[in-house]
Amino acid sequence: METIIFYLFAILAVAGAVVVVSHRNPVTSALSLVLTLFSTAVLFVLLLADFVAVIQVLVYAGAIMILFLFTVMFLNLRPESLEFDSKSLTFKISAFFVVLLAAGYFASIGFRKGLSSLSPTTIDPKSFGSVEGVGKLLFSDYLLPFELTSVLIVIAIIGVVAIAKRREG
Amino acid sequence: MGISIEHYLVLSAILFLIGAFGVMARRNLIIVLMSLELMLNAANLAFIAFANALNDMTGHVFMIMSITVAAAEVAVGLALIVSIYSHKNSIDVDILKLLKG
Repeated sequence: METIIFYLFAILAVAGAVVVVSHRNPVTSALSLVLTLFSTAVLFVLLLADFVAVIQVLVYAGAIMILFLFTVMFLNLRPESLEFDSKSLTFKISAFFVVLLAAGYFASIGFRKGLSSLSPTTIDPKSFGSVEGVGKLLFSDYLLPFELTSVLIVIAIIGVVAIAKRREG
Repeated sequence: MGISIEHYLVLSAILFLIGAFGVMARRNLIIVLMSLELMLNAANLAFIAFANALNDMTGHVFMIMSITVAAAEVAVGLALIVSIYSHKNSIDVDILKLLKG
């Protein structure tokens, strides 16, 4: 059962990713990205990361995608203006580098040993990945990084407002 | 347990490579930003897979931070795209050669 769910949503995620990269209409790309992010959230549940899966759907598939779709509609692009040019030099160079990266990664699998032996301890599904467990860690060991992310968000807000104001003036 | 951590890592690598290809090959700036999200998402999947394999929830904490950074990055990036569009009337990356002397 777990195997079926994994392969189903892994294939969905990869298919969505391929459509994001290859489709010429930005709205279709954005909706395919939602499919990929949602499939990844299902895989997170499979990995017992419940809280993180909820965050993924709420923040990524919700807030960030709304922002993308809003920008796409705001710009009102002509679909034919930025087509996928599979004959250009850029395309060939990128394909070459991606194939090189893939070859390097999958060749290195042969030299890796003992990743499967990493899971000796049994996971308690009740506490692992719960809001309580992640929250305790977030507010004790990682309190300073957590507070710094709020500073980052304030900086982002100030930056966006500054960029938007300069555009008018 | 039929699915091991390697399955998740290979899936994460495939998603990352697709995203990397999109960043390099596409000319539409919005699609480039979406491909960047794809790469970040692949990294998050690796974080969660390792958190599960090591029975350590630190990976979840890092994933939450990564999502925060991604949200801030998308907000600033899209504001820049809107600004570029109103300036150049296009979001083709080939047109953006402002630093070229």
